[in-house]
Amino acid sequence: MSTVDTPAAPAPALGVARPSGGQPPRRRRRRRGSARADVLGLVCAAVIAFPLYWMVLSAVKPEGEVQSLNPRPWTLRPALDSFQRLFSVNDFGRYFLNSVIVAVVVVVLSAGCAFLAATALTRFRFRLRGALLVALLVAQMIPVESLTIPLFFLIRNLGDAVPPLGLNQLGALVLVHLGLGLPFTIWMLRGFVRVVPEELEEAAYLDGASRWQFLTRILFPLVAPGLVATSVFSFINAWNDFLFAKTLIISAPEQQTLPMSLLVFMKVDQNDWGAIMAGSTIMTIPVLVFFLLVQRHLVAGTAGAVKG
Amino acid sequence: MAVADTLARRVPPRRRPPRRRHRLVLLAYLAPAAVVLIGLLGYPLYQLVQMSFYDYGQEQVSGGAPVHWIGLDNYTALFGDPQFWSVLLQTVLFAAVCVVLTILVGLLLAFLAARLRPWVRTVLFIAALEAWAAPAVTGSTVWLFMFDANFGIVNEVLTSLGMAYFDGHSWTFGKLSAFGLVAAEVVWCSFPFVMVTLYAGLRGISPDVLEAAALDGASGRRTLVSIVIPMLRPALTVVTIQSIIWDMKVFGQIYIMTDGGGIAGRNLVLNVYAYQKAFASSQYGAGAAIGVVTVILLLLVTVVHLNITRRRGEEL
Repeated sequence: MSTVDTPAAPAPALGVARPSGGQPPRRRRRRRGSARADVLGLVCAAVIAFPLYWMVLSAVKPEGEVQSLNPRPWTLRPALDSFQRLFSVNDFGRYFLNSVIVAVVVVVLSAGCAFLAATALTRFRFRLRGALLVALLVAQMIPVESLTIPLFFLIRNLGDAVPPLGLNQLGALVLVHLGLGLPFTIWMLRGFVRVVPEELEEAAYLDGASRWQFLTRILFPLVAPGLVATSVFSFINAWNDFLFAKTLIISAPEQQTLPMSLLVFMKVDQNDWGAIMAGSTIMTIPVLVFFLLVQRHLVAGTAGAVKG
Repeated sequence: MAVADTLARRVPPRRRPPRRRHRLVLLAYLAPAAVVLIGLLGYPLYQLVQMSFYDYGQEQVSGGAPVHWIGLDNYTALFGDPQFWSVLLQTVLFAAVCVVLTILVGLLLAFLAARLRPWVRTVLFIAALEAWAAPAVTGSTVWLFMFDANFGIVNEVLTSLGMAYFDGHSWTFGKLSAFGLVAAEVVWCSFPFVMVTLYAGLRGISPDVLEAAALDGASGRRTLVSIVIPMLRPALTVVTIQSIIWDMKVFGQIYIMTDGGGIAGRNLVLNVYAYQKAFASSQYGAGAAIGVVTVILLLLVTVVHLNITRRRGEEL
């Protein structure tokens, strides 16, 4: 689940975003003998991309070809058998919806909390500010996997008081991901709030705007791109989660999310690989799309750290 | 911008907001995040430590039996258990191998990317982004499938190359080979972060510096060792520490690919070990103690990280 929890802040986009951008003339000199490098680069790209190619290919192969003793790297008869099995044997649509619900609610709540907190941490000077920032940094480093045991009991007890937030409820997953993702979200959003000039705030107040008006009418639109980026990270973290889905949804199959429902098809020595690959494809595609959307922010934080 | 216009038009206005409300507003802004963080991160962390001092077991958790303070008993039992030490060693070795390979692959590909034609570089980056984006769960299932004993493409290719040994060979049975398979998946989905970051670092090196080195007659290798690598060091530090943190706490990949920690638990790492102790054998106190050990290990890494950052004089 930790694919993306990199401390980050906005910074210029990378080569990925504008790979063909104006190169300094020195590139010319390196061109010599680089045909070999290009070939090597393409081979590497093919190797790196192969697993996901194989996943999608196996998902659209007809049944006999997936579990074949002579697998071929192509198929001449693409079919949707595996997807059909996925949705009929297992209530996969339901799980997909559950995953979407959890991820979207987490995104909305954490964007709200993080926006306010990031504003407080950048726009206010107060004594505990430095301490809070260090705490946020340390909080990001806490291995959330270690908190599984206490969180299990916390959610169990919470369920006695507030049933929709208890075990076997999607609310439990929302809560847990909200808490675990927030330090990173605040940290990342802070970078976006910080670059909005202070003068703008003063001007707004001079103009008679209230704090709330400044927050919603001026700061929010300006920080919106940052909110989109951080939201994508919250979404991916919640979406990818396997550990808490496994721990907190223990006896209510209809409340499962995607990862656990995938594993239903994994049985020792009789895996239904076609269905597993079809499910994996469905689970991967939204993440892939979102990832491409925010790729320019991926290294940003480290780029900031690197400049020194 | 409209705000700026009005700033010029209407002077001098009364100054808002009043100082007195400052503190209240600040509290209101911080409150939601604080509630969430204290309730769902701070309190569980406290509870984790607390539980490790109690005899939480099956009877206490589901039977309602009273819990007892047992001091360091969970820890003495843990440290007296040879399995704990072997799991700890495995965790560190597994993470070390993953980190070294991740950095190596990332670094080499970053160098390669810098010498590619733009369109080839785009293709390479898109491939890397795909691998990076793949959720741990689906990455695990795909790699398992590729290395499946009977239906896997890897065995098929190896067999057709004349290595009959791999016909029906199980990659997940042997302890080392299972760890190797998981490590391969982990490296595959974590090197892109290293590659993209180091590539950004490489692009940040001024062409003038390299030109000066070339004019001074420095060989390619000399330039690499004396200029490029030292200038990449900050970026290398960051990605190394980040990788250590990630690879020390791998859970999903191990759990899925070795089916919960391998045959007789021989592919366990600390996180999976704690999980199994607690939820499979109902020794929640013992599981919490392992959790505390993991947290301390990772906080040590973080302290090193913070020290390095501070030494570089970065503002928080």
